[in-house]
Amino acid sequence: MNIDRRHFLIMLPAAAVAWKYVLAGTPEDSPNYKMSDHWWSMLIDIPKCIGCGNCVRACAAENDVPDGHFRTWVERYHVTDYDMVNPEVISPDGGKEGFPAVAEDAGKYFFVPKMCNHCADSPCTQVCPVGATFVAPDGVVLVDQTYCLGCAYCVQACPYGCRYIHPEKRVADKCTLCYHRITKGLTTACAENCPTGARQLCDLKDPNDPIHAFLKTHHVQVLKPQMATGAKVFYNELDGSVR
Amino acid sequence: MNRFKDTGHLLRFVALFVMAFVAFLIIRHFVVPKSFGEYGHYRGAAIGEIAARPVRFAGHQTCETCHADILATKAPGKHANVNCEACHGPLARHADDPSITPPKLDTAVLCIRCHAASAAKPKNFPQVDADQHAGGVPCETCHKPHDPALADGGAK
Repeated sequence: MNIDRRHFLIMLPAAAVAWKYVLAGTPEDSPNYKMSDHWWSMLIDIPKCIGCGNCVRACAAENDVPDGHFRTWVERYHVTDYDMVNPEVISPDGGKEGFPAVAEDAGKYFFVPKMCNHCADSPCTQVCPVGATFVAPDGVVLVDQTYCLGCAYCVQACPYGCRYIHPEKRVADKCTLCYHRITKGLTTACAENCPTGARQLCDLKDPNDPIHAFLKTHHVQVLKPQMATGAKVFYNELDGSVR
Repeated sequence: MNRFKDTGHLLRFVALFVMAFVAFLIIRHFVVPKSFGEYGHYRGAAIGEIAARPVRFAGHQTCETCHADILATKAPGKHANVNCEACHGPLARHADDPSITPPKLDTAVLCIRCHAASAAKPKNFPQVDADQHAGGVPCETCHKPHDPALADGGAK
């Protein structure tokens, strides 16, 4: 083949554009895990939650969550008969050590565990200026901490307050839905350690997952549906006063 | 009439642009990570890196491969669906190397985390005021944590 200098120069840009696709490696560490086979979500069964804080402690132990920051936390709502729209919400240290006891039974109390909703149309990933956070092909919202600048744009974009800036790494950190566990066939640390089964990991692409039957037969909501985030954390029997 | 007689300066200008563009592509090739854009506007290899983080909680399936006797003890009781590490803590290191012994547990702390009486808890969940219920006697004197119902079948 006879290429003169002129043709070589013409072909150079095309080669540069194609080269990165040639070199792209395979990222999947778990050999039997196929991202395209899953669409992860979580079910939180409000009537089962006893506010013990086991999920918060388990999450911190599994993911080295720094003190004072939370990838998941539990809120206790107290809704009184005379003011339905302004519930009293407490979450002492994220509910890590449980909640103070309540003696009298005025109004209604319930616990709401919160975490990243792993939105399908997530506001946090849309605002990232560098492509450091993204919805993975299996529906989990992740942060590439080697790429994150720590600008915290995503922290303020999340309508659920599920992100924080890691105090030492100075980059965005959040719930990974225990990505290192679910890709190995384990459930998340919070679901594994929930004593009452109030949290369940669900795979919406698995036709045999009990979530499909559950969603058909229960009153299930997501948080802030009006924001059209495509939230995938389903709450069973969620009270209307929850924000 | 030769309109394009003096176009040399324009060609030099175009050549400059082409060179800058090629330089841009070459630099871009070196600074953009190789897997960027593989699945979307992010580094595809990040997914594998996150999946490779260490596991701390082994999971009850792992526990049950060795401790089938405890599983049998738990099966008829109220704690049948409470996973091992919910009380025993993260024990993936113990599962990898059984010579690492799990820490001793204190039922005075553990039981009350879930069972302390509070009007805020679901009504059907068993709750006790620890002082009133036992008066400082340790829980495991009467209730065995793996099958907490009393042996004589009296109270649940």
